[in-house]
Amino acid sequence: MTRNFAPPPAAGCRTAPILKERGQREVFCGLTGIIWLHRKMQDAFFLVVGSRTCAHLLQSAAGVMIFAEPRFGTAILEEQDLAGLADAHAELEREVERLLSRRPDIRQLFLVGSCPSEVIKLDLARAAERLTQRHAPRVRVLNYSGSGIETTFTEGEDACLASMVPVLPETDARQLMLVGALPDVVEDQARDLLDKLGVGPVTVLPAARASDQVAVGPNTVVALTQPFLGETLQCLERRGARHLPAPFPFGEEGTTAWLRAVAAEFGVSDERFEEVTAAPRARARKAVAQAAEVLNGRSVFFFPDSQLEIPLARFLTRECGMDAVEVGAPYINKQVVGADLDLLAEGPVLSEGQDVDLQLDRVRAARPDLTVCGLGLANPLEAEGLTTKWAIELVFTPVHFYEQAGDLAGLFSRPIRRHDLLKLEAVE
Amino acid sequence: MKLSVWTYEGPPHVGAMRVATGMSRLHYVLHAPQGDTYADLLFTMIERRDHRPPVTYTTFQARDLGSDTADLFKTACQDAYDRFRPQAMIVGASCTAELIQDDPGGMAETMGMPVPIVPLELPSYQRKENFGCDETFFQLVKALARPVEKTEEITANLIGPTALGFRHRDDIVEVTRHLEEMGIGVNVVGPMGATPEDLTRLGAAHFNVLMYPETAESAARWMERELGLPFTKTVPIGVGATRDFLQEVSDITGLPVRADENRLRLPWYSASVDSTYLTGKRVFLFGDGTHVAAAARIARDEMGFEVVGLGCYNREQARNIRRVAKEYGVEATVTDDYLEVEAAIEAAAPEMILGTQMERHIGKRLGIPCAVISAPVHVQDFPARYSPQMGFEGANVIFDTWVHPLVMGLEEHLLHMFREDFEFHDEAGPSHHAAHSPARRPAATVQEGGAAPRPAAPDAPRSISVQEEGPGATSGGIEIVWRPAAEKELKKIPFFVRGKAKRNTEAFARERGVAEIDVDTLYEAKAHYAR
Repeated sequence: MTRNFAPPPAAGCRTAPILKERGQREVFCGLTGIIWLHRKMQDAFFLVVGSRTCAHLLQSAAGVMIFAEPRFGTAILEEQDLAGLADAHAELEREVERLLSRRPDIRQLFLVGSCPSEVIKLDLARAAERLTQRHAPRVRVLNYSGSGIETTFTEGEDACLASMVPVLPETDARQLMLVGALPDVVEDQARDLLDKLGVGPVTVLPAARASDQVAVGPNTVVALTQPFLGETLQCLERRGARHLPAPFPFGEEGTTAWLRAVAAEFGVSDERFEEVTAAPRARARKAVAQAAEVLNGRSVFFFPDSQLEIPLARFLTRECGMDAVEVGAPYINKQVVGADLDLLAEGPVLSEGQDVDLQLDRVRAARPDLTVCGLGLANPLEAEGLTTKWAIELVFTPVHFYEQAGDLAGLFSRPIRRHDLLKLEAVE
Repeated sequence: MKLSVWTYEGPPHVGAMRVATGMSRLHYVLHAPQGDTYADLLFTMIERRDHRPPVTYTTFQARDLGSDTADLFKTACQDAYDRFRPQAMIVGASCTAELIQDDPGGMAETMGMPVPIVPLELPSYQRKENFGCDETFFQLVKALARPVEKTEEITANLIGPTALGFRHRDDIVEVTRHLEEMGIGVNVVGPMGATPEDLTRLGAAHFNVLMYPETAESAARWMERELGLPFTKTVPIGVGATRDFLQEVSDITGLPVRADENRLRLPWYSASVDSTYLTGKRVFLFGDGTHVAAAARIARDEMGFEVVGLGCYNREQARNIRRVAKEYGVEATVTDDYLEVEAAIEAAAPEMILGTQMERHIGKRLGIPCAVISAPVHVQDFPARYSPQMGFEGANVIFDTWVHPLVMGLEEHLLHMFREDFEFHDEAGPSHHAAHSPARRPAATVQEGGAAPRPAAPDAPRSISVQEEGPGATSGGIEIVWRPAAEKELKKIPFFVRGKAKRNTEAFARERGVAEIDVDTLYEAKAHYAR
């Protein structure tokens, strides 16, 4: 018999007050999502229409350069493009022609708006329409904005997926749609679990290829696999799909609750659910327990980064025994993370937005055992004696579902173990 | 509009950040949208800095546009002053803020700040990172440096080193040491390590050492004109250049050249018989103009290499690099398009690339070893150990760095002799760094912590040529075909010279109108090209 989790807290954080801040934000813009989206969608090319800064961000954010034929690039605006918008459109079409003739394998092209292209009001929607007409049916051209003035980090993926929804074919079929770009290994595990539960058909947005038919309609139920996909969800709802609210599938409890919501929707019996999940649950629990030894009773502070913060705080507090001091998120969308907020016991400061200097004052005052923050802050905080975990790794690493639960806990325990391990002082 | 996949330089405001981050007690208020803070990680991650760059970003969002972005700037500026209490501030706009034309400089000047405010005009849609460094330092020097009494002893300013510079940290130490050996003190080092107050004392020195023309030439010229400070024109990278530099310093100061020759090892290492195998190695050089020009001289005159191509990505140095190229009898590649650089390297078929991190990746793709000589930088370019490029120790470091990627002398011969050995075959690469061998075979699983090298499976597929295309090429109207025996013979040539042998043979055949290459053609070509 599988162990049950602690009952939900008497008072969760759904109605807790939220500290809303505005000021300097130490976050990436939405363009960053291209780094993983272009690996996921294998016949898509992401063409950022922007400045040298955008190009520089893309190669710096990845930390390493991905020289194995990157399927992204930046059309860098120059002085003359700013002078005449008509010419800029012609220039863009010329660059796209050149790109598509050089890369005949491309089936989907995303024109990605940036801060400069938004400010000069370059109409990428119109450009995408015209280019689609010219290149259909071989290439579909879509557009979205990954600009920093409109999107924070993972919202870039949200904007990208949302741009795909209006052109999805219509279907009346009863189906489950998983939404979110997951590493292949994780997606396969999810499909396998759902298959064993007898849930199907299952479709995934985004698909690896444009030819993989993803359709949507009134009998589609949507399970989000990432908490930053609020706009995509709204677009899907406008197409008639229905949202299955659930905690996100991080850790044993999150995965079980997420699967249970799906199972209930598809009428899976309790016996079958138990039979399918018992073994992976036990494995996940064991793996988490190892890392949790180090995490138990320690405090954690989240800077806003990916919107994964609330589900992860729920995982760390309920499954790893940590105490959350502050949980900061760039945005808090209760429709999406409400179920996780219900499970997060009240106590931590919930903050939305950022004024980084004020937040740094708070983290220095709290001196948590672990600070989850962006790459710009991690080394400076380490130098002040705080132990940190870079948040971006949580987005790049397979961390969802049962088999990754231990790895997820390990991402948090490793910096603490390392801190305990290093002995650089003289013995006496 | 220009499609770009990778860029050699960031935007000019990143150059300004390199100046601000290198200095202390200076703060940069940057009018910029959310997301431009990515630039912080260049410093905190690549350079492992233990402090955040001293930059406040106004972080405007779409909803602020057209309403209160100007107020946002003023608030950010005031808050930054109150929190950080800098000695001076620089203010400017990133590419997006440039478009909304809020005039940060003008606004800051009206705020009555108690410290100097230096406004920056950095045209993001025309210029790049190096210009940003140079212009920012120039504006700071112009605003702060004033004629002052000279120091009693002879002193120099070291100008040009910035945060995120290629080995700037260690070059400062090395140049300081050379000057000390001649009895010359250092007045101010800047931007790296200087405060705004230090910059007011620049005029107390007797001359400037312009370490990196890319980042400080405008300031050097201004100080020459306004403060009467001559500056050195030779960048002391390499043995010959260091000696020229010391002579130049002697000419400026009237002090005799004095240098501790005991610590210089490059000349003997290069002369010793083990280095014979370096003779005539064909190298391609690419990077910033200053480092490439210096590397060309080292490559030819101090290592005995043959320079088969060179170029730079910063157009500011185009004229200089074209002049150098002419001297070396090659065509200069001046471009910031890495695909063009890759094509030039492929065409020149060098045995080694001396380039940037970009060329390191190009080298990986083409199976050509590469040593890094210039920015743009990577975390590996900030080694824990002392590792300058300038001065005598810099020359020693360069010798080691450039030899490291190559297959060593006797090993090269053994590869010729035993080319069919299943462990010791040409695709195993240099034995002293297995990880760098061209990944043509299915990659062996690399264990974390480094497993012992394994023998390649005897049945591992062996691709034959540096370029992926097999023998057979069309050019000049003649289709050239390799006969099977010649193709087999070609495969016996070690991979690091096979590309060259193939190209030479095909060119030889084409010149003579030979359409089919047989074994004799191969060896006739070899004899023809033998020196």
